[in-house]
Amino acid sequence: MGNQSFDPRLVGFLCNWCSYTGADLAGTSRMTYAPNLRIIRVMCSGRVDPQFILKAFKEGADGVLVSGCHPGDCHYQEGNYKALRRHRLLSNMLEQMGIEKERFRLEWVSAAEGAKFQKVCNEFTEQIRKLGPLNMNGGKNEQTEA
Amino acid sequence: MSKQKPKVAFYWCSSCGGCEESIVDLAEDILKVTDAVDIVFWPVALDFKRKDVEAMEDNSIDVSFINGAVRLSEQQEMVELLRKKSKMVVAHGSCAHMGGIPGLGNFWNKETIFHRAYHTTPSTDNPDGTVPLEKTKVDGKELSLPRFFDTVRSLDQVIDVDYYLPGCAPPRDIIMNAVQAILKGELPPKGSVLSPNKSLCDDCDRNDSKPEKLAISEIKRPWEVELDPEKCFLAQGVLCMGPATRTGCGERCIEANMPCRGCFGPTDQVYDQGAKFLSSIASILDTDDEKEIEKIVNTIVDPAGTFYRFSLPASTLRRKKMEAIK
Amino acid sequence: MNENKKIKLFINNKPIEVEEGTTILQAAQKMDIEIPTLCYHSLLEPYAACRVCVVERKMGEKVDLATSCNTEVKEGMEVFTDSEKAVNARKMNIELLMARAPAAEPVQEIAQKMGIEKTPFEIKDPTEKCILCGLCVRCCEEVVQANAIGFVDRGLEREVSPPFGEPSEDCIGCTACAFFCPTEAITYEDLHERKIIHEEMDLGPSKAIRVPLRQAVPMVPFVDEESCIHFKTGGCQLCEKVCEKEAVNHEAEEKEIELDVGTVILASGFKTFDSKRIPPYNYGRLDNIISGLEFERMVNASGPTGGEIRMTNGEKPQSVGLVHCVGSRDENYNQYCSRVCCMYSLKFAHLIAENTDADIYDFYIDMRCFGKGYEEFYHRLLEEGTKFIRGRVSEITDIPLSEKEEGKLIIRVEDTLMDTVRRVPVDMVVLATGLEPNEDQTELARMFNITTSQDGFFLERHPKLAPVSTASDGVFLAGACQGPKDIPDTVGQAGAAASEALALADKGTFELEPITAEIDEEVCAGCQLCIGLCPYTAISYDKEKGVSVVEEALCKGCGTCVSACPSGASQQKHFRDQQIMAEIEGIFIE
Repeated sequence: MGNQSFDPRLVGFLCNWCSYTGADLAGTSRMTYAPNLRIIRVMCSGRVDPQFILKAFKEGADGVLVSGCHPGDCHYQEGNYKALRRHRLLSNMLEQMGIEKERFRLEWVSAAEGAKFQKVCNEFTEQIRKLGPLNMNGGKNEQTEA
Repeated sequence: MSKQKPKVAFYWCSSCGGCEESIVDLAEDILKVTDAVDIVFWPVALDFKRKDVEAMEDNSIDVSFINGAVRLSEQQEMVELLRKKSKMVVAHGSCAHMGGIPGLGNFWNKETIFHRAYHTTPSTDNPDGTVPLEKTKVDGKELSLPRFFDTVRSLDQVIDVDYYLPGCAPPRDIIMNAVQAILKGELPPKGSVLSPNKSLCDDCDRNDSKPEKLAISEIKRPWEVELDPEKCFLAQGVLCMGPATRTGCGERCIEANMPCRGCFGPTDQVYDQGAKFLSSIASILDTDDEKEIEKIVNTIVDPAGTFYRFSLPASTLRRKKMEAIK
Repeated sequence: MNENKKIKLFINNKPIEVEEGTTILQAAQKMDIEIPTLCYHSLLEPYAACRVCVVERKMGEKVDLATSCNTEVKEGMEVFTDSEKAVNARKMNIELLMARAPAAEPVQEIAQKMGIEKTPFEIKDPTEKCILCGLCVRCCEEVVQANAIGFVDRGLEREVSPPFGEPSEDCIGCTACAFFCPTEAITYEDLHERKIIHEEMDLGPSKAIRVPLRQAVPMVPFVDEESCIHFKTGGCQLCEKVCEKEAVNHEAEEKEIELDVGTVILASGFKTFDSKRIPPYNYGRLDNIISGLEFERMVNASGPTGGEIRMTNGEKPQSVGLVHCVGSRDENYNQYCSRVCCMYSLKFAHLIAENTDADIYDFYIDMRCFGKGYEEFYHRLLEEGTKFIRGRVSEITDIPLSEKEEGKLIIRVEDTLMDTVRRVPVDMVVLATGLEPNEDQTELARMFNITTSQDGFFLERHPKLAPVSTASDGVFLAGACQGPKDIPDTVGQAGAAASEALALADKGTFELEPITAEIDEEVCAGCQLCIGLCPYTAISYDKEKGVSVVEEALCKGCGTCVSACPSGASQQKHFRDQQIMAEIEGIFIE
């Protein structure tokens, strides 16, 4: 399984108003956390299309994080609920594709929660490190031998 | 033969044969087609051999219609050969287009499929545990079988494809329109799917029956409800892939009171038909409660199989992760 | 009614013209002629019970005596308030009242003025105060409309009493009868124990109509329905009667006003920390431990003690401890600094020094005197002799360990400069209570679609670049709702917020973020799945074209519809699928 030398590649889709600001806060507060998460800013977690998640896994992500405002706090009123619904259904589907549910994480991080963002990053990185690399290559390696 | 008729080849890979039927289903129109073209290769109907094709000059075939997904090494070799000999290759039908039903094999691999097919199906009677082998020695001679890949691929994942004829199988109109366009040389840009770039709702008679705000609080499978033949399936809680599926099929399923399963594939703007449909369905669930969401979501027994019924090999992830297959 | 009909008469040979219906007493008062009276009150119907206001009147040939309070003037009437006949009668009446109610001071005063030393009549009860003027009965009937008291018996036995001499169920305890009683014959007792000074809110019933506070804007009184007699009995409304501008309206109801506005400035303020949350400080349990705001109220000239610094027993304290950072800079409560407490504590120290001779101890962690002139003020305090002790107070107790701690409040503190634990006995402790977000802060944040920072105060859009803006366009912040701040900072921020709001309102137009969703008509099949997803109802269905359409002015650009669009017809500007896909690819370029 995972080893300490494995450096997971994580993609995070963060909403502009809460989680991206929260991440910013973690940064401006000079909090240190695992540098594995690469962030893509979207206006709302409701903008995160399951296509993006799959794309990230395909491109080599070992884990994908979607993070938005806490329920009830969405800047756009209810986009985060859409994200929640999609996350649950997509998790089920990813499992069928052989991707562990733990690799696709949904977190609510408010603009004030720099510390929570730090914690989420560290936890997620550690969790994926334990799971090991995903290597989702869509069977391409196998075909080249044919 | 004052003017040479265009040379056409037909070939089938991993498919059910329905696409071949779709050619025959052109009925009397097929005569127009055969009048207009010169069929140089059609293993299903005419006795040509691989060596005949090999003997042809490169680019000597005007169009090759290839149906079926690529599952075997032989299919790969044949489509590569046909590509070399053809000016134009058309992926004919869902399997060639996106992998189709055979593509669902990508939830498994060769080992598990063989295990199931040659050992555990109730109808299997195989006391010696014989399985197909790529190479066998019989009486000192070596016999070979094509290699069975772990992964099913759509045609364009193996060779360059010029056009796609979608559908399982493609309906008459679509084929005739395509053939006429090819004969007249009035073709859209290379890589196009030869069907309108809109989703099925555009042509669906039931579209007007949608409520103002479509929200699903319970997902039912078609056999669980008596389906109203006038009402949008989604409004009845039944998964219909119509909104995420290209139109042009003539709504044959809808007219038979069955929801769309997505054989025409997505529109051009969509990267992944299953993910896109998943997104739409999840978005219109009628609850914000976490537990309730999970409850509804879990009633979709096989989301990947449902959303990728025809498109798993062409999806973003293409297949289930090999290492995860037990 | 002939309201305007004027009547001419003579009082003490002087002519006067008054409106018809005026009483002799009122006419005399207009001329500044004093007629003594005990049972008359301008707000009540005249009753002529005391008969002290008796005067001599002459109508034509007829001369007689009349009680001036209830006798209306007549044309040509001649009134003599101090004629021998009138004075004699008045004297007699006073003497009778002196016999009836020897302890009634107003009677004695009038008697003194008239030169009566003793009543010739028999005194029944030398402690009696009630003169049976009926003011109490009338006010209970006419004003309060509770009818809880009345006259019982007759002749010498006549007295004021509730029915059957038992506590009346109709009495609402308004104490108006005691208020009207001229002789203090009626008193009221407060059955509840009450602190004299410190529990400011419990200092006794507030007036039912009052100005909420001296600094109130607008500076107008309001009627407190909880205590107003009118809302209990339907009567009274005296305030309405006496207000010449007719500004009092008991029928006015609380109204919810809906306004369509383009910009909003949130200035919802803060609440003070409840020191009861720190049990070792014993606030609310021990006497003479008060919060900063309570001290502020006490030291206010219009406060309950008229600005005097007093302990609960009414005495001036000999020593006062000021405890800083109560609920602030404390991980158990609020981690942040409340910013105002250091300075107000210093101000308190100064006021205590000015007001009393008390020893002043100031317990601080750090002295945060960051503002203009603040450090100078601190130095002034050092010179004034306030004893500053650096260290966080751990406990305030009344349990003495030595004789000199007996009866004192003992402040236990680690003096970090002397590196020792000290016990400082004082008479009074003022807690420098910190600032906290309001209880409904989160609710309000949700209402305006803005967020709060970790400390619970509203979050500004950017600490440096947009310090008064919020995540919601057109919503601005001012004051302590954004974070603890003092008055100068608040005024500064409020000015900034006002000008931001004005700038927006003045322009009349606003710019949309160019991130709205758009639907490609060529691709949209009109499946309408997106329509129900938009929280702003920005998407509608164009039946004719069979496509869904985004109203750009309504779209806020969340992109939820875009990711839900099953055919990819909907795209968000600047956040197109293609762009995000490219970003994802970009991430993995090594």
